[in-house]
Amino acid sequence: MLRLTKKDISLLVVVIVLTMLAPFLLNPFPSDSGLAQFNAGYPDLMQKFVIFGIFAIGFNILFGLTGYLSFGHAAFLGVGSYAAVWMYKLVSYNVLPAVVLAVIVAGLFSVLIGYVSLRRSGIYFSILTLAFAQMSFALAYSVLSNPSFNLTNGETGLQVYANDPQIFHGDHLPNFPHLFGLSMGSTYKMAAGAWEFQFNVAYYFCAIFMILAFYLSMRLVRSPFGLILRAVKTNQTRLNYTGLNTRPYTLAAFVISGMYAGLAGGLLAATDPLAGAERMQWTASGEVVLMTILGGVGTLIGPILGAGFIKYLENIFSKINDNVLHQWFSFMPDGIEDLMVMIIHPFVGKGWHLTLGLMFMLVVTFLPGGLVEGGQRIKTWWANRKSSDKAGKPASTPAE
Amino acid sequence: MSSFTPNRRSLLKGGVALGAGVAAPTIFTGQSWAASHAYTNAPQGGSVTLGFNVPQTGPYADEGADELLAQQLAVEHLNGMGDGGCLNTFSSKALKGNGILGKKVEFVTGDTQTKSDAARASAKSMIEKDGAIMINGGSSSGVAVAVQGLCQEAGVIFMAGLTHANDTTGKDRKANGFRHFFNAYMSAAALAPVLEAELGADRRAYHLTADYNWGWTQEESIVASTQAMGWETVNTVKTPLASTDFSSYITPVLNSGADVLVLNHYGGNMVNSLSNAIQFDLLNKQVNGKDFKIVVPLYSELMAAGAGENIKGVLGSMNYNWQLDNEGSKQFVKSFGEKYGKPPSNSAQTCYAQVLLYADACERAGTFNPCGVVAALEGFEFDGLGNGKTLYRADDHQCFKDVLVVRGAQNPTTAYDTLEIVNVTPAEQVTYAPNNPLFGGDEASLGTCNPGA
Repeated sequence: MLRLTKKDISLLVVVIVLTMLAPFLLNPFPSDSGLAQFNAGYPDLMQKFVIFGIFAIGFNILFGLTGYLSFGHAAFLGVGSYAAVWMYKLVSYNVLPAVVLAVIVAGLFSVLIGYVSLRRSGIYFSILTLAFAQMSFALAYSVLSNPSFNLTNGETGLQVYANDPQIFHGDHLPNFPHLFGLSMGSTYKMAAGAWEFQFNVAYYFCAIFMILAFYLSMRLVRSPFGLILRAVKTNQTRLNYTGLNTRPYTLAAFVISGMYAGLAGGLLAATDPLAGAERMQWTASGEVVLMTILGGVGTLIGPILGAGFIKYLENIFSKINDNVLHQWFSFMPDGIEDLMVMIIHPFVGKGWHLTLGLMFMLVVTFLPGGLVEGGQRIKTWWANRKSSDKAGKPASTPAE
Repeated sequence: MSSFTPNRRSLLKGGVALGAGVAAPTIFTGQSWAASHAYTNAPQGGSVTLGFNVPQTGPYADEGADELLAQQLAVEHLNGMGDGGCLNTFSSKALKGNGILGKKVEFVTGDTQTKSDAARASAKSMIEKDGAIMINGGSSSGVAVAVQGLCQEAGVIFMAGLTHANDTTGKDRKANGFRHFFNAYMSAAALAPVLEAELGADRRAYHLTADYNWGWTQEESIVASTQAMGWETVNTVKTPLASTDFSSYITPVLNSGADVLVLNHYGGNMVNSLSNAIQFDLLNKQVNGKDFKIVVPLYSELMAAGAGENIKGVLGSMNYNWQLDNEGSKQFVKSFGEKYGKPPSNSAQTCYAQVLLYADACERAGTFNPCGVVAALEGFEFDGLGNGKTLYRADDHQCFKDVLVVRGAQNPTTAYDTLEIVNVTPAEQVTYAPNNPLFGGDEASLGTCNPGA
C-alpha cells in the first residue's frame, strides 16, 4: 500500500513510534531529581525537534542527493514563517491555511532563487545562495520594516496585533494559533508518580507533518527521480554528455527542499505566532548544514537525528550554569568542587557552541557518515559479537 | 531490522497495553492536579522559580553578564543572605528576607543571544520545563517586545531589563509586562534643556541612526524635542546594524553644514561610530562659527569603557549611574561592590530593581497570581532602589523617575568614573501622556492581565 520495501516500512514504523511516544522517551528522569535538567520532554523543545527535523529532511533532499550545498536555506524557512504570520494577521489564527500559504510562498521564492543560483555549481552555487539569504535577511531586518511599508516588523519580529483585520476570527476562538478551535498551545499534563509528561497539541500537529515529510522523502529517494538526483551528485558532467538536461531535475530538488523549509517555517509560526528576521541569518543556514552532516548526509533518518542533537545541545546545555554545576559537585571537597566546576564551565552555559564544535569535529573525523554511521557500526559490532558467540569463532573469516 | 515483522494482532495488543499504561496514572492523580492550577506555574512546595533571560552571547553579552550578577544578588537578598541590600532602604517594607511569601527563591538562567527567536525559545523552556513564574532581563528592545508578548500569552509576569525603545511600553505594551528602564522619549526630553543651555538654541543637527526599531524611535524622539527648541535637522541617515566602519557616513557630515552630530547608536555600533568621528577630528572643527559637538542619546558604562578616550566631553543620558548620591544607590553600590569588586552598571541596576519590585508586589498582593501582581504594581509609588522617587504608571506599566544627563569625564581617575553626571532631570520634565503619538497614540492598549492555565 505504501509502496515501500520491508526495510523502509520498519524504519517508518520506528520513526512513527518514536515521535508519538516522545513525551515519554524524552522525559526519563523524575521531575524533582537532579537529572531532570537533562529532560527534553517539554513542548517547546519537542516542537523544535520535529520542525527542524523537517527542515533537515528537506535540506538533505538537495544536499544529500544532488550534492548541491545550499548555504542559504534559512531564507525559505524565514519566508515561510512570515507568510504564516501574515495569514494570521489577515485571515485568522487557523494554522492550516497559514501552513499551506507558507509552503506555497517558500516554493515560489525558491523557484526564483534556484533558477539563478543553479546556473553555477560547487562553491559558486553555495556563495550565490548565501548571498541571496543574506539579502533576504537584510531586507527583513531593516529595509522592509520601515514605518511606511512594514512587511516584516524588523528586529522585533512580525506578530499579530489586536487591531489586525483577522476577518475570520471569532470571539469563541482562542487568541493563539489553533486548528479549528483547538488551541496549539494547550497541553495535557499527566502526572505519573515522580514524573510529569506533557502532551502538547502543537507538538503532535508538527509530528504528523514530520512523519508525512519523512515518508515523502523516502518515496522520493527510492524513485527514478531520486536516482537521477544521485547521478547528478556522482557525475553531473557525464550525465550531461549522455544527453540528459539536469537543470530541471536540480531545480525541482531545490524547490522541493525549499518547500520543506517553508513548511518548517510555517510550523514554527504555528507553535509560536512570531516571525523573527534572525531565522534567515546565515548562522541559521549554517545550522541546517551542521544538522545534516552531523546526522549523516544522504541517509533517511540522519538529518532528523542531527536536528535533534543540535537542538538538544542548544536548549539543554546552554542552561547549565555555575549554580547547577556547584549543585552537582557539592558532594566533593570544596577545592575539588571548584576545580571541577572550572573545568566543565567553558563547555556548558554560554559555551555550548564549544561543545557542539568539538562534537562536530569528532563526528566528522571518526564517523564521516554521521551519527547514522555510528549506529551502524554499533549494530555490526553487536551482530558480530552475537554470531561469534553462537559459532564460537570470529565472524569475518578471511576468504580462501 | 529484518526481524521486525509486526502483524495486526501484536500491534493491537501493544496498542491496548500502551493505552492502559497512559491512562492508569492519570486516573489516580488527575484531581489533585486540577485544584492547584488556577494560574500558570503556581509554585508547589517550599520554593518559587524565577527565570533570568539575559544575553550571554552576541553583541550585548557584557550587559547580560552584569545583569546576571545583579539578579543573583537580588535573589540572595530576598532569601535573607548577604547584607540585605536595598531591602534596607526600599520604601515598601513588605519583604522580610525570607524569600517571597515564605517560599525560598530559586532561579534558572537562559541565553537570549539578542535574537527574538532564541529569547522566546529560552523563555518558553523556563516556563514550560522549569516552572518559572516571572521572566526578567534582556538587553534589547526587540527581544523585550518579543518576550513580553510571549509572557502575555503564557500567563506569567515579564519584568523587562534594559530596553529603551518607546514601543516596549508604547504600541507593544502588554498587561503582564513592566518596564523600569527609561525610554527614548525620556532621553530626548531630558537632553533637550541641557543641549539648549550648553550648545544654544540655533544648532544644525545631523543624525546617524542604527537602522532598526530602537534607532528609529530614538531618532524620532530627539528630532521632535530638539526641533521644538529651535534646532534644525539637516539630515537623518540610517546605518545598517551590522556596520563596523562608519567612515563613509562621517565624511558627508563635514560638508553638510551641520554643527552637531547625533549618534543614535548603541553598543558596539556606538563605540565604532564615535571612534570614527573622533578620527575625523570632528570635535576640533568649527562650523557656522561654533564648536562642533557630538551627542550620544543613550549611554552605558560598558560602551564608555569600549570607546575609551573618545567619549571625553560627549553628552548623553542614562537611567542610573552608580555615582548617584541617595540612600538606595549607596546601599546597592556597597552590596554589589563588596560581592563583585566593581560598581554596578545601568543594566545591572534595572534588573536588580525589577526583581525586588516583583517580589514586593507578590508580598503585597499575597499571591503569585499574575493578575494580583499586576494590580499591586500598577500605580505603585516607591523609593530607595537607587533612582529616587519612582512611579509605576498604571496606564502603560512604565516607570517614571529622574533621568540623568551625563558627559564623558575629562579627567577620569579610575576605570569606573569615565562618565560624570551633568544634570538630574526631574521626573515631571520627562513625563508624557499615555496616549502620546510616539507611544502608539490612542490605539495602544495594555489588554487584560492573563493568569494563564
